[in-house]
Amino acid sequence: MTSVAPQGLPAVFQQSTIDYLAILPLLIVFGVAIVGVLVEAFVPRDRRHMVQAGLAVVGLLAAFVAVIVAAKHQGLTMGITDGASDRRLFALAIDGPALFMQGTILLLGVLGVLTMAERLGGVGPDAFTPSGASTPGSPFETNASRAGALTSEVFPLTMFAIFGMILFPTTNDLIGMFVALEVLSLPLYILSGLARRRRLLSQEASLKYFLLGAFSSAFFLFGSALLYGYSGSFVLGDISKAISTGPIEMNGLLVPGAFLVFVGLLFKVAAVPFHAWTPDVYQGAPTPVTGFMAACTKAAAFGAILRLAYVGLDTGRWEWTNALVVIALLTMVVGSVLSVTQTDMKRLLAYSSIAHAGFVLVGVLAFDSKGVGAVLFYVATYGFAIIAAFAIISLVRQNGGEATHLSQWAGLGKRYPLVAGAFAFLMLAFAGIPATSGFMAKFAVFSAAVGTGGATGTVLVVVGVLCSAITVFVYARVIVLMYFGDPPGDTGDAANAVEVVVPSVTTTFSIAIGTVITLALGVVPSALLDLADRASQFVR
Amino acid sequence: MTEMSSVPWLTIMGLIPLVGSLVVAFAPGSALMAKRLALGFSLATLVVGIVAALQFQINSPKQFQLGEQASWIPQFGVSYSLGVDGIALVLILMSLVLTPICLIAAWNDVEEETAEAGGARNVKTYFALLLVLETFMVGVFAATDVFLFYAFFEAMLIPIYFLIGRFGGARRQYAAMKFLLFSLAGGLVMLVAVIALYLQGPGGSDGFLIERLTGLSMDPTTERLLFVGFFVAFAIKAPMVPFHTWLPDAATESTPATATLLVGVLDKVGTFGMIRFCLQLFPEASHWATPVVVVLAVVSVIYGALLAIGQTDMMRLISYTSVSHFGFIVLGIFAFTNVGSAGSTLYMVNHGFSTAALFLFAAMLVHRRGSKRIPDYGGWQSVTPALGGIFLIAAMSALALPGLSTFVSEFLVLVGTFPTRPAAAVIATSGIILAALYMLLMYKKIMTGPPPGDLIGERALARLTAEEQAQPEHARRSLVRDLSTREKLLATPLIAVILVLGFYPNLALNPINPAVDKSLSHVLTPAAGNAAAEGSSK
Repeated sequence: MTSVAPQGLPAVFQQSTIDYLAILPLLIVFGVAIVGVLVEAFVPRDRRHMVQAGLAVVGLLAAFVAVIVAAKHQGLTMGITDGASDRRLFALAIDGPALFMQGTILLLGVLGVLTMAERLGGVGPDAFTPSGASTPGSPFETNASRAGALTSEVFPLTMFAIFGMILFPTTNDLIGMFVALEVLSLPLYILSGLARRRRLLSQEASLKYFLLGAFSSAFFLFGSALLYGYSGSFVLGDISKAISTGPIEMNGLLVPGAFLVFVGLLFKVAAVPFHAWTPDVYQGAPTPVTGFMAACTKAAAFGAILRLAYVGLDTGRWEWTNALVVIALLTMVVGSVLSVTQTDMKRLLAYSSIAHAGFVLVGVLAFDSKGVGAVLFYVATYGFAIIAAFAIISLVRQNGGEATHLSQWAGLGKRYPLVAGAFAFLMLAFAGIPATSGFMAKFAVFSAAVGTGGATGTVLVVVGVLCSAITVFVYARVIVLMYFGDPPGDTGDAANAVEVVVPSVTTTFSIAIGTVITLALGVVPSALLDLADRASQFVR
Repeated sequence: MTEMSSVPWLTIMGLIPLVGSLVVAFAPGSALMAKRLALGFSLATLVVGIVAALQFQINSPKQFQLGEQASWIPQFGVSYSLGVDGIALVLILMSLVLTPICLIAAWNDVEEETAEAGGARNVKTYFALLLVLETFMVGVFAATDVFLFYAFFEAMLIPIYFLIGRFGGARRQYAAMKFLLFSLAGGLVMLVAVIALYLQGPGGSDGFLIERLTGLSMDPTTERLLFVGFFVAFAIKAPMVPFHTWLPDAATESTPATATLLVGVLDKVGTFGMIRFCLQLFPEASHWATPVVVVLAVVSVIYGALLAIGQTDMMRLISYTSVSHFGFIVLGIFAFTNVGSAGSTLYMVNHGFSTAALFLFAAMLVHRRGSKRIPDYGGWQSVTPALGGIFLIAAMSALALPGLSTFVSEFLVLVGTFPTRPAAAVIATSGIILAALYMLLMYKKIMTGPPPGDLIGERALARLTAEEQAQPEHARRSLVRDLSTREKLLATPLIAVILVLGFYPNLALNPINPAVDKSLSHVLTPAAGNAAAEGSSK
C-alpha cells in the first residue's frame, strides 16, 4: 500500500481552527451574495437594480481590502485534526499566489459588475433578458418586458461565481477545488443563457457550456478519486509526499488521475483540445458576461492549475509535463491559426483568448517561482484588457442589437475616433506590442520559460512568438478595418447605421480603467511585477 | 563605458517631438496651424540635437557619451539607458535633419488626398504620427539597453503602419500589412534572442545594458543562434535579399515623406543594429556567418540594381536602388575592416539624404504630371528646368558621382572590403556601373526627348481651375510651374548636405571613426573583448 495510511473520519465532531481574518475576503463575497438573494426577494423592483449593483461593487471592494489585510495572515488554515493519524489537514492555503489571484479577480470583478450594470436608459441591465425562463419570442417574454421585469439576479449570481473563483486558487485539497469549481461554474452557466438579444444563441451557448462543463467536472472528480486511491488523501501536500515516496507500481492510478484532474482545469482555461465550447459560449453569452468570464474564470483556473502543478503534483512532474507541453503547443497554434478566419468579433476574441491561455501555460511550464510570478502578472494584465475590450464590443450597435460581425466595424475609427482608438490600443496589447501591458506579460512568461524551462521551454517560446506573429495579423486586420475601411452600406440611412451608443458612467469607467491600466502596466510594470514576484511562493 | 551627461540631452531630444505630436493632434486650430506647430517642434528638436552634438567629445575613451541611466523594470533587468557613440550620433542628426524636410515635403500631401474624409483631423493625425516617429528614431539609435532598443524597434512599427495604411496610395492597406508582418515576424524572432541573451549575460537588475552583454563568453552554438535571431530581424529591416520584398510596396504606396523616413532612416536601424549588436555582442558568430552574409550582400547589390533597371514606376525604382545600396552597407560592415565599417556608417548617412532627395524630387514630378510611370514623362527638363536640375543632382548622388557625398562612402566601403573579401568587392563594384545605368536611364526617359503631348496628367488636371483647363494644350505648358518656394526650401538643405559631405566627409567621419574602432575591437580580436569585459566587471 502507499506510505500514507488512509484517513478515517474523526470519531467525534471537532471544530476546525480558522483564521477568520485570513478568509475574510471569501466570507465577505459569500455574505454579499446571500444578501443579494434576500435583496432580490424584499427590495421593490424599481430600486433593485441600483441596490444590487451597488451592493456587489461595495462588497467586492470590501473584499479587496480584506485581501490586503489577509496578506498579513498567510499560511494554511481551516484545519481539522485527522482522527486516524492525529495530523492536521488544512483545507485552505492563504499564500501569495492565492491572495494575488483573489485581489486580481476581485478588481476584475468590480469592472465586470460595472459593465453588467449598464442600463443604457432601460429599467434593467441592458445585456440581460428581462425573463430568462421564458421561451424566446413567446407572449410570456413580451409580457415580462412590457411589465418592466428586470434581471437583477445576475448580480448575486455573479457574486456566487466570484466566490467560487476566489476560492478556487485558495483550496488546498481536491475536494475543496471541486466544490469551488462547481460554485464558480453553475452561476456562469445561467449567466451565459440570459442574453437579451439573440436569445436562442445564448441558450444554446448556455447548454453547451453546461454539458461540456459537467463532463469536465466529472473528469476532475474521477481524477480526484484515482489520486485519492493512489495517495490516500485529498490534501495536495499529502499527494505530493505520496508521489515522492510511493511505489512505481501504483503509477497506474497516479498517471490517469493526474491527467483527468488536469483535464478538468484545462477545460476552464480553454486549452486545446478542451476548447471547443469557448467560441460558442463567448459568442452567445451576454457580452459583459463574456468579458467577465474571459478575465476572471481564466485567472481562477490558472491559480488552481498553478497550485496543482507546483504543490500537489510537483513531485510527479515527469509523468505529466510532456502532456502539458503538447497541450500548450496545441493551444497556442490552434488558437492563433483559427483566429485568422473568424468573422465575428466575439469569436475572434474567443480564439485569441485560447491562444493567450497557451502563452500562460508556457509560463506555468517554467517550473520556477519566476514562472509563477509571470503567470500571475499575465493573468492580471490580460484580464483588464479583455474586460475593457468586451465592454467596448457591447457598445457597438446596429438597430439596437450588438454589431459583432467584423464587417460592421468597418470605418468605425472615422466616426468614433476615441472608442476605436481605445479598442485599437487593446488590440495592440493582445498582439504584444511594446508600451502595452501585453508585451510586458508576454516577455515575463517567455523569459521565465527560456530561463528555467530548458530546451522544452525554448521550443515553446519559439512557437509562442511565431503564434504571436500570426495573431498580430488578426488584430491588425481589425485595426485596418476600423481605420482604413469604409463604413458598410454608407447609404445615409441613419436608423440602420452602425453606431457606438453612449454608455453610462459605469461602463465608461471600466473601459477607461481597463485601457489605462493596460497602458500603465506597459510603461511602468515594475510595481506589479514586483508584487507578483513576491507573491510567487506557495505554502504547503 | 558610458560617459554620463548632466543634462539629459537625448531624453529632451526624444520628448520634444512626442510632446509636439500630442499638441499637434489635440490642439484646436486649423490644419495650417498644426503643420506649423509640427515644423516648429521638429526644428526645435534639431536645434537641441545640434547643441547636444557640440557637447560630444570625439576622442573620449568611453564608448557612449551623453549618457543617461535609470532603473526601469529591475525584475527583467531593464534600464532606461541612453547614450550615443559617433555612429548613433550621426544617424540621429541625420534623422533630425530629415524630419523637418519631410514635414515640409508633406505639407500638402494629405489634404489633397483625404480632404473629403475628415479635413483637419487627418492632417493633424498625419503630422502627429510623423513626430511620434521622430521620437522613436531618436530612441532606437540612442538606446544602450538591449530591451529598450527592442521596445523602440517594435513600437516604431505602429506609427509607420498607420502612416502607410492610412495616408498612402491605392494599395496602401496591402502594403501596410505586408510591412507589419515582415517586420513583426523578424522582431518576434529577435525577442527570443533578446531573452536568451539576457540569460547568457550576468543578469541582475541592469543585465540588459549593452556594456554588460559585451564580451560574454558563450557556447558557440548558442552564440550563433542568438546572432541569427538578431540578424534576421535586421536583415528584414535593412532590407536585404531575400527579405526585401516588402520595401517596394511600402515605399510606393506610402506618401513621399513616409517613404523617405522609412527608407532613409528606419531601414538604417537594421544596418545600425548589425554594427551595434551583431558585431559587438556576437563577434565569433559574426565571423562564422560572414560568408553567407557577404554573399547575400553582393546578391542584394546586383539583384537590387537589376530589378531597379527593369522598373517603370519611379518610386519602385528608387526603392530597388535602396536594396542595392543596403547591400553595399552590409558588405562594408561584414568586411571587418575599420575603413569598411566607417564607410558603411557614412554610407548610411549619405544614403539617407540622397534617397530623400530622390523620393522627394520624384514626388514633385509626380505632383505635376499626376503619374508615377516613367514612360509618361519625357523632355521634362524643358518644362521645369530647375526641378530637372535638382533631380539630376539627386540622380548623380545616387550613382555616386565624385564630389557628391555618396561617392566617398561607396569608395570607402569598396576599399575597406577589398583586403578581406576581394572577390565580393570586385563583383560589388559592378553595382556602381549598374547604378549609373538605372539612374541615367531614368533621367533620360524623364528629362530628355520631346515632352508628352498632354503635359498635365488627369489627376493634376483636376486641380486646375475650369478656366485653366479650357486652355489649349500647348498653352498649358506655362501652367506647369517650376519649383515653388516650399519646394526650394526643402531642396536646398538636402543638396547642401549632399555637397558638403561630398567635399568634406570628415565632418561625419571624425565622430564615426573612433566609434567604429571601438565597436570593431570585439570582432577583430575577440580575446581582447573578453579581457575588456572582465576588466569592467571587476
